[in-house]
Amino acid sequence: MPTVLILGATSSIGRAVASELARQRRGLVLTGRDLEEVKAIASDLALRYQVKTCAREFDILAFERHAADLAASFLAAGDDLEGAVLCVGYYGGAEKDPAEAKRVADTNFTGCVLALNIMAEHFEKRRRGYICALSSVAGDRGREKNYLYGATKAGLSAYLQGLRQRLFRANVRVITIKPGFVDTPMTYGRAGIFLVASPESVGKSIAKAIESGKDVAYVPWFWRPIMFAVRLIPERIFKRTSL
Amino acid sequence: MSQLRYRSEKLSGWGRFPVEPCHLYRPEKRSDVRAILGSGQESSYIGRGLGRSYGDAALNRDAGTICPIRLNRFISFDERTAVLECECGVSLAEIIEYFLPRGFFLPVTPGTKFVTVGGAIAADVHGKNHHRDGTISGFLLDFRLLVSSGEVLACSRSENCGAFWATVGGMGLTGFILSARIRLRPVESAYVRVDHQRTHNLDETLNVMAETDDGYQFSVAWLDCLARADSLGRAVLIRGNHARAGDVPHTRGSPLSLPPRHRLKIPFDLPAWALNRAAVAAFNALYYRGHGDAARQLIDLERFFYPLDAVGNWNRLYGKRGLAQYQVVVPENGGRQALAALLQKLGSSHCAAFLAVLKRFGEGNPGLLSFPMRGYTLAVDLPVSRALGPFLHELDTIVLDCGGRVYLAKDAVMRPETFAASYRKLDQFREVKQKLDPNGLLSSSQARRLRIAG
Repeated sequence: MPTVLILGATSSIGRAVASELARQRRGLVLTGRDLEEVKAIASDLALRYQVKTCAREFDILAFERHAADLAASFLAAGDDLEGAVLCVGYYGGAEKDPAEAKRVADTNFTGCVLALNIMAEHFEKRRRGYICALSSVAGDRGREKNYLYGATKAGLSAYLQGLRQRLFRANVRVITIKPGFVDTPMTYGRAGIFLVASPESVGKSIAKAIESGKDVAYVPWFWRPIMFAVRLIPERIFKRTSL
Repeated sequence: MSQLRYRSEKLSGWGRFPVEPCHLYRPEKRSDVRAILGSGQESSYIGRGLGRSYGDAALNRDAGTICPIRLNRFISFDERTAVLECECGVSLAEIIEYFLPRGFFLPVTPGTKFVTVGGAIAADVHGKNHHRDGTISGFLLDFRLLVSSGEVLACSRSENCGAFWATVGGMGLTGFILSARIRLRPVESAYVRVDHQRTHNLDETLNVMAETDDGYQFSVAWLDCLARADSLGRAVLIRGNHARAGDVPHTRGSPLSLPPRHRLKIPFDLPAWALNRAAVAAFNALYYRGHGDAARQLIDLERFFYPLDAVGNWNRLYGKRGLAQYQVVVPENGGRQALAALLQKLGSSHCAAFLAVLKRFGEGNPGLLSFPMRGYTLAVDLPVSRALGPFLHELDTIVLDCGGRVYLAKDAVMRPETFAASYRKLDQFREVKQKLDPNGLLSSSQARRLRIAG
């Protein structure tokens, strides 16, 4: 059974992607920091879709353990490994708090990039497969409301662009996903959230983007024209707005 | 932490009356529920699944409601014993979706599949097979209950049995049900073989029910609430059994697959006058005539158990003011006269009843606040109006006088005195509640209205 590795399977989007892939008869290696939760999702999806799933611990902030933990996950998937999806992110919210700022940067950029480096090497050797990673529309333009989060995602998007070129030669696809607002704990109960998509619909869109051969996918699709327009606004006007 | 954020929402039950501002929490991980209950952020909390109770049972004005719809993971399933273990937020719809194709159905189901397992236990739901099989708790092996101290109790008939029988039907007031083990029913097909039979008055309806119910797993009567005089209590009896695999014609495909179903949505609130007496009377007369004593029919489980689920939000038919569902049980002894009195009042009131359903109940269970008892249960939908409260209190008197009671999952207007007088094991319930939740951390608008905790 073709098997997909999911990093961050306990996030709402991670769980939804895993669920959609299981529905499409993919085996799953699910990872996350909270092993009890990963196990709960793994056994749930195995019962629902009657596919093979397994749960592994992986903490994006434990940089020194990345290599060993990912090696174990690759081993669990074995030769059935079809691709990997990275659904890790931390919003924080308090830009000025140094500990919180470090955590946002370490989770969204440093941790993700280190893990992607290791995965890139593995897929490069196999000369097939895909790496799909969740960036964000917030990375398309810095905004007062979430510029630290946005900056880490912008960095991740740029990293993925370069990685895409590198792995193209190795026949490995790199897919950047840019979600808009999704109904997750990140947005739940927050003010100023609009056009909210359900994790289930986003999960389906991500699986479709993987299937269809896209390089960059906005989910839902309408964020592409929205962000296009937002990027067009000149900086000297943008700075006066509260967009 | 992020999971402690809530959404301020004006919530209501399925009847859309009353509407109250509540703080809605949505845990994503198992540990979130304990963090929310222990946060000290709210004066009290109540679980709220899919919001299908009608009144204020799952409302908590200006305080916490906890919605576990993302705690909806299946934990284990044993094909041999048909025992399913799942988290509280799993809906009955999900159980059907994933287990009916494997030959298992719900052992007991209410009239909608959009309820959570936690909610089904908290209301100790019953269905069309109560006369034979009792409530959902008869198939409940055990559950894990998070109590206000933060401790998780394993509750079953043998372990923490006081907490078990207080929680079954306990409207979420003893603690938060985290997960449960339920024994599903093996079935050969996704169909029911159904017989329809018309009766001409209440005596005939009750006699035929009593004489022939036992031959059917499922039995319910649709009642024409507006029929008067000699026709009072005329009904269409709808009774059936699970169909065998061989009963399903090959043209329908696999016997365990449900035929595709179109779902409608009501796009707007109907004006209040739309459901007037003439319209309802015409509908009822048509329905009664339309069902001859039809020959045996094969009806799929969805259409048989959930006819209204096909219309997404049928509660909008009752307009902005909403509806109240009034469901009562009257004991076998003296129940006949009480039913006649109730139907007379319903027939002559201005509150035209659209849907009325009558069913014979089997024995009750030891659940301290469990609703069913041996006798008859009557459920009617009534549009909310200013006159409704006093009208229902009049009906309450009839029910109370004959030793019956009102179903808490449907109730929105009952008085605390009526409640205390009709739920006979209330003192025992309060004792357990006091032990499990001494500070009243679990409470709802209904609990305060009825003074359930004392």
